[in-house]
Amino acid sequence: MNLHEYQGKELFAEYDLPVSSGKVIFNAEDAINACRDIGGNKWVVKAQVHAGGRGKAGGVQLVNSPDEALVFAQKWLCKKLITYQTDAKGQLVSSILIEECTDIADELYLSAVVDRASQRVVFIASSEGGVNIEEVAKNSPEKVIYESIDPLTGAQPYQARKISKVLGLNQDQTKQFSKMLPNLMKLFTDCDLSLLEINPLVITAGGNLHCLDAKINIDSNAIFRQPKIAAMHDPSQEDEREYEAAKNDLSYVSLDGNIGCMVNGAGLAMGTMDTIKYFGGSPANFLDVGGTATQERVAKAFKLILADPEVKVVLVNIFGGIVRCDLIAQGVLAAIEEVGVSVPVVVRLEGNNAEKGSEILANANVKIESLNNLKDAAKKAVELAS
Amino acid sequence: MSILVNKDTRVIVQGFTGSQATLHSEQAIKYGTNIVGGVTPGKGGQIHLDRPVFDTMDEAMKAVSPNAALIFVPAAFCKDSILEAAESGVELVICITEGVPTLDMLMVKKRVDELGVRLIGPNCPGIITPGEAKLGIMPGSIHMPGSVGIISRSGTLTYEAVKQTTDLGLGQSSCVGIGGDPIPGSSFIDILKLFEADDATKAIVMVGEIGGSAEEEAAEFIKTSITKPVISYIAGQTAPAGKRMGHAGAIIAGGKGTAADKISKLKECGVHIADNLLEIGSKTAEVINL
Repeated sequence: MNLHEYQGKELFAEYDLPVSSGKVIFNAEDAINACRDIGGNKWVVKAQVHAGGRGKAGGVQLVNSPDEALVFAQKWLCKKLITYQTDAKGQLVSSILIEECTDIADELYLSAVVDRASQRVVFIASSEGGVNIEEVAKNSPEKVIYESIDPLTGAQPYQARKISKVLGLNQDQTKQFSKMLPNLMKLFTDCDLSLLEINPLVITAGGNLHCLDAKINIDSNAIFRQPKIAAMHDPSQEDEREYEAAKNDLSYVSLDGNIGCMVNGAGLAMGTMDTIKYFGGSPANFLDVGGTATQERVAKAFKLILADPEVKVVLVNIFGGIVRCDLIAQGVLAAIEEVGVSVPVVVRLEGNNAEKGSEILANANVKIESLNNLKDAAKKAVELAS
Repeated sequence: MSILVNKDTRVIVQGFTGSQATLHSEQAIKYGTNIVGGVTPGKGGQIHLDRPVFDTMDEAMKAVSPNAALIFVPAAFCKDSILEAAESGVELVICITEGVPTLDMLMVKKRVDELGVRLIGPNCPGIITPGEAKLGIMPGSIHMPGSVGIISRSGTLTYEAVKQTTDLGLGQSSCVGIGGDPIPGSSFIDILKLFEADDATKAIVMVGEIGGSAEEEAAEFIKTSITKPVISYIAGQTAPAGKRMGHAGAIIAGGKGTAADKISKLKECGVHIADNLLEIGSKTAEVINL
């Protein structure tokens, strides 16, 4: 799960990390009061979407009067912002963050991720900020430091001093960073983050460290113990069908092809997509119905798949492990009847009681292509879709 | 021969009385697995599936001396259960549960490594040695004792590989699901080492998927340290970047972890590639008969 910048900065503030004073608005007319409450005569207005590249897309602007802030808010609220990180449709701007303006002397980069290879939380820092860190790492690796944190000891002051050297911080800034690092690590573990990125971390004209941006991802597996963060979830930033699927405990990702896929198991679901492509077709989605493909779940999955108007055929690929294929066949039939499926359905059942399942499908009144191997089933689906 | 589990493995099931644990323990017992009891806090003293239930692993250890623990407890309690098992003195812990928080696994992994306990999973189908013991949720019927060792990050995809090698009469020495999470208890490399040393294993099938760099690391290891033929299939060749494909670990992030990168690295290191999941069995047969 991702957070908006303003939500990330609320968390930063709780952990005593330096952020600008600001206000988030959901209605354009609140822009003027927000600017007055913040004070000053220059503000930064930032469209809140779950994607980077907002500045280049016009979603971040410096304004010199509350009226200009109002114009910006009227322009962007309820509109979609398209950046190089979004798809062609863009992301809905449902809120705008207004902040006091920060005078910048230098831009740095700081992030923390769970690194799979070392199995630690690793901080990544660079003296080059505000840019694509992957580029910096490739072109000037000496400007990037990776510092891994032991889960038992946590972040130590020497590690902050070590990172400060690479960032080129002076003594006073190093002191500030030594206070920041353990707080960032605490935030990371307290809130079950999977990614924390401050790009840029800036040195202000006054010489102080300041978090100008906040990108935070939370480990979906840990949401159950993070009620405060779960409440920050903004469904407007997600694909409608993916959100609907998640609510029903189904794992769904929409793609741009025309063959709807319903598979049990994430690996097999990816393998099925690959097989469709292999035979010249194009999958409309990834969908894992889970290990227990009950009638109810199958019905919900059909509804989701068919909500995509591009779908010309549905391929059901179930490898019945412990679940019995005859029960799945009955579930598929009942679901087709319940949902009213009008496109052709190709079913491949394998494993536990597969023959019985195929028999049930063959004798049904509904038109189903029942094939007992994936090769034939995938070929058939591709043929029907073209 | 086989790896990790055989008919003599003494299994304790944690979360024994829950519905999933009950279903799969029944199947495992039917398969011939030596389940010696279970642990469910608060249910100590009961008998479940004709086996004793204990409140703690400590009591179970004293009474029935298990050497492997099979975990079915809910994700929120897995950290506790894995640590309890690891500290109790069993050599092998298998965690089937899906959805364990990643930061819990960071701590757990460090501790099990310190203790020298082997952890498989979480979010995995478990381990089976066909004809001997089944510690997991895989369907026993598709397996056949034989010569192929199978390692996989995915459940149903493993079944596909198993079914194909069974249909071709090759059979399996052992099959290990290492799980689809970012921090798995055991890696491909850990299991490759065991298959390399196992006399019954003639060839190794490694089923990978997008995300992370476990396959690339395994490729390097295979090049330097594995003499047996390795056949690999990578799922997710058509997956888009930035989208989590079901498993927490299956995501192409920052342009890394694509199927194409993994396949080219594996090829470079002498691994035989099954271009499609339908060819895992035939590719393996071809390689074994070379």
